[in-house]
Amino acid sequence: MRIVAKGLTYTYNPRSPFAVQALKGVDITIEEGEFFGIIGHTGSGKSTFLQHLNALVRLTGGYLKVGEYDLSSKKCDVLGLRAKVGMVFQYPEYQLFAETVEKDVMFGLKNFCRDMGEEEMRSAVREALETVGLDYEEVRDRSPFELSGGQKRRAAIAGVIVTKPEVLILDEPAAGLDPLGKKEIMQLLHGIHGGWCKTVVIVSHDMDEIAENCTRAAVFSEGKVVMEDTPAAIFARSDELLLLGLDIPVTAKCARILKERGIALDTDFTSDDLIRKVLAAYAARKEGRGC
Amino acid sequence: MEAVRLENVKFAYREGEGSYAVNGVTLSVEEGEFVAVLGRNGSGKSTLAKMINALLIPTEGRAIVFGLDTADEKNTFEIRKSAGMVFQNPDNQTVASIVEDDVAFGPENIGLPREEIGRRIGFALDAVGMSAFRSATPSRLSGGQKQRIAIAGVLAVLPKIMILDESTAMLDPKGRREVMDVVKKLNKERGMTVIFITHFMDEALEADRAVVMHRGETVMDGTPREIFSRSDELEMYGLALPRAAYISKKLAEGGMPVGGAFRAEDLAEEICASLQKA
Ligand SMILES: Nc1ncnc2c1ncn2[C@@H]1O[C@H](COP(=O)(O)OP(=O)(O)OP(=O)(O)O)[C@@H](O)[C@H]1O
Ligand SMILES: Nc1ncnc2c1ncn2[C@@H]1O[C@H](COP(=O)(O)OP(=O)(O)OP(=O)(O)O)[C@@H](O)[C@H]1O
Ligand SMILES: [Mg+2]
Ligand SMILES: [Mg+2]
Repeated sequence: MRIVAKGLTYTYNPRSPFAVQALKGVDITIEEGEFFGIIGHTGSGKSTFLQHLNALVRLTGGYLKVGEYDLSSKKCDVLGLRAKVGMVFQYPEYQLFAETVEKDVMFGLKNFCRDMGEEEMRSAVREALETVGLDYEEVRDRSPFELSGGQKRRAAIAGVIVTKPEVLILDEPAAGLDPLGKKEIMQLLHGIHGGWCKTVVIVSHDMDEIAENCTRAAVFSEGKVVMEDTPAAIFARSDELLLLGLDIPVTAKCARILKERGIALDTDFTSDDLIRKVLAAYAARKEGRGC
Repeated sequence: MEAVRLENVKFAYREGEGSYAVNGVTLSVEEGEFVAVLGRNGSGKSTLAKMINALLIPTEGRAIVFGLDTADEKNTFEIRKSAGMVFQNPDNQTVASIVEDDVAFGPENIGLPREEIGRRIGFALDAVGMSAFRSATPSRLSGGQKQRIAIAGVLAVLPKIMILDESTAMLDPKGRREVMDVVKKLNKERGMTVIFITHFMDEALEADRAVVMHRGETVMDGTPREIFSRSDELEMYGLALPRAAYISKKLAEGGMPVGGAFRAEDLAEEICASLQKA
């Protein structure tokens, strides 16, 4: 499903003294098949935008179409949309609610996959929990609120992937995960991306994560999209990003300093690529060909 | 002076179950130390932190904060006053419906005079870059904004020990830098003891000391650089090298005479040097 937003606006508490315009005309196109990243300073409208994608926030201004679902139309089939677009919230606590982890993860199935039998559901829940690195037997009967922070996040992700939505939207999915957990979640997302999950959209404050994982990305600032491009092209504009209060990946910082020293590397800012290019430059110099 | 002493502390959420979230930790933190606590999800970091400010009382062993035993209820108020904690989820921290009142809660609680409370609110909101949100409603803020308010609430108390439980997880890079800077400043200038739980290896580099937890126990304890030089062990505990150190290691494995960089700047320096020598 292709996601197209044009001139999307949104104001919290409109016509009140507390009115805050969170989106000021967002234009963005996410093609089916992308692994799309969203970055932007605190309060720039990332979560507000995401919540539009599965109608958690009602569209009030502008145009938004997700696949065949036109969110600007009153007739939009919201339940149908939500079955296809799964959303993992910024704070897992907003997502978890049932008495046990098993019931929590099963909730989505009961809602969206009504024709599944109880046994089939159980095994789907087990599979989802194990995919996110939780031990089914150990956590199934526990309250989700008695899990550690990172375990809660894993449970929340399981509750969304269990229904196999075609589009996965994750608001800072790796926040609170340990380094190995971060790596595993990214591997998990790449593993399902291209299979039943066609499109992944993640929000992240970790520039390295965006550089390593995304096909394209958008930069939000003050309720607007100010850049939309490949990570390589975005992180090449490091001065602008720093001005926006953002950062650049470690790879880009390193490449920037090397460039000042007259060593230009044509890298896409993934670690692997930087390592390859530096080693190639080193080999070339050793052979005396210079570079 | 010793700020925190944990003597073989254990904690079980359900008694008699035989499984301990913290399983026999002995740790001493000197006043003025800046300690990073690392470890996998579920390794017991938050549980340990909550034992330091008497939110949880050890099932076994003793937790002593500035000479006071947390198990003695008479000490609870004094301990909470000296050890302020920012929780992992800011929603567990917000108490008032207006940002300003929320930040005032801590200073009011310890009985500071009015004018001082006013100054503290100003200082704390400024430190986290949220002065413009004084009269906003915490529940109506973005994720990162909420987290900044939670940090301000503890900063306003200027506790002797500040415990930050993954308090920068949802912040943008600038916000993370700002929080780190203010915490470091308080640590340097006022000798505030800092216990900083984080999954960001780059943040751990800024501490004087890093402690790694694994399955309820402390398994590594040393300067961050010492700890990051033991990369095999780190990996065993589900941790990783800071990215610059990882790249440096890979370059060395690829035959370049580099190694030892932890930050992007150092990495660039060593690459430059070895390219020039080649
Ligand atoms: N429920 C709400 N009521 C009123 N204003 C809100 C609400 N939620 C968010 N806002 C405001 O809308 C703006 C955009 O918030 P949003 O949550 O979309 O930001 P974000 O980019 O996700 O930020 P973060 O990185 O901190 O999560 C902010 O100024 C915020 O204060
Ligand atoms: N309220 C609770 N009731 C029961 N068990 C709990 C509770 N809170 C945590 N636990 C369990 O205790 C263990 C340690 O949890 P703790 O929250 O201390 O981990 P942590 O190191 O802070 O992890 P994270 O990095 O995910 O925040 C985990 O196995 C967790 O599931
Ligand atoms: Mg957000
Ligand atoms: Mg924790």
